[in-house]
Amino acid sequence: MNPPELASDVRVSIEAEADIVSARTRGRALAIQIGFSAARATLLATAISELARNILLYAGHGEVQLSVEENTARVGISVVARDKGPGIADLSQALQDGYSSSGRLGLGLPGVRRLMDSFEARSAAGEGTVVVAKMWLS
Amino acid sequence: MQVPILKQGPYLIATIQAALTDSDILQLRDALVRQVERHRARGVIIDVTALDVLDSFATGTLRDIAQMIRLRGAETVIVGIQPDVALAMTQMGLVLEGVTTTLDLEEALEYFHRKLRLQTVDRR
Repeated sequence: MNPPELASDVRVSIEAEADIVSARTRGRALAIQIGFSAARATLLATAISELARNILLYAGHGEVQLSVEENTARVGISVVARDKGPGIADLSQALQDGYSSSGRLGLGLPGVRRLMDSFEARSAAGEGTVVVAKMWLS
Repeated sequence: MQVPILKQGPYLIATIQAALTDSDILQLRDALVRQVERHRARGVIIDVTALDVLDSFATGTLRDIAQMIRLRGAETVIVGIQPDVALAMTQMGLVLEGVTTTLDLEEALEYFHRKLRLQTVDRR
């Protein structure tokens, strides 16, 4: 009998608040499935929650893609948050603690950067935003 | 998902039972502020044991709730933040400044009993 096939690539469309919960729940499940500790899975789920909310808040809709990333040295989860919203005019400002153009506490992106092992954001005014963040198993 | 709010003596106890959307958390805030007024509650206990994520929005709203309840003359205690959740909050830099937290419901009730007793003594 073949082992059950592992879902290694999950796309969650972000269009409503419930999708934020759905994205982080699926991210946690994927992390546990490949052997993350509950603590690390919680860090990942929290980061996904922030990224999904940013999409909803600033772009209205977009997508969170969760995939298992594997190379010879290690295995982990890659999170790609993508939207075609207005984009971030000043990315380095958005990555500073305490900055928010929405008026709420601006801990979204810098917080995600602290939670994840690697973090990369690309954005330009009028061109949407792509954030790629990864967390390794160990 | 609506969060049930129980009245027990001078306290209101809100027990979150599953993951909440942002609107659910805002609804909880509004319901608590209204009910503190209606029941003349002295304390509010919010049990977050069931939450596996407290992100910036949830943390910010819990802080708002505590502040609003304080302005209404009562106090809020947050109960049951899970160890993994505490780790994630800390790593992100999220703080619950000025909000009392306890490990469980029993401790929260003890905290309030002690506090209200002290206040009664002070008034003599």
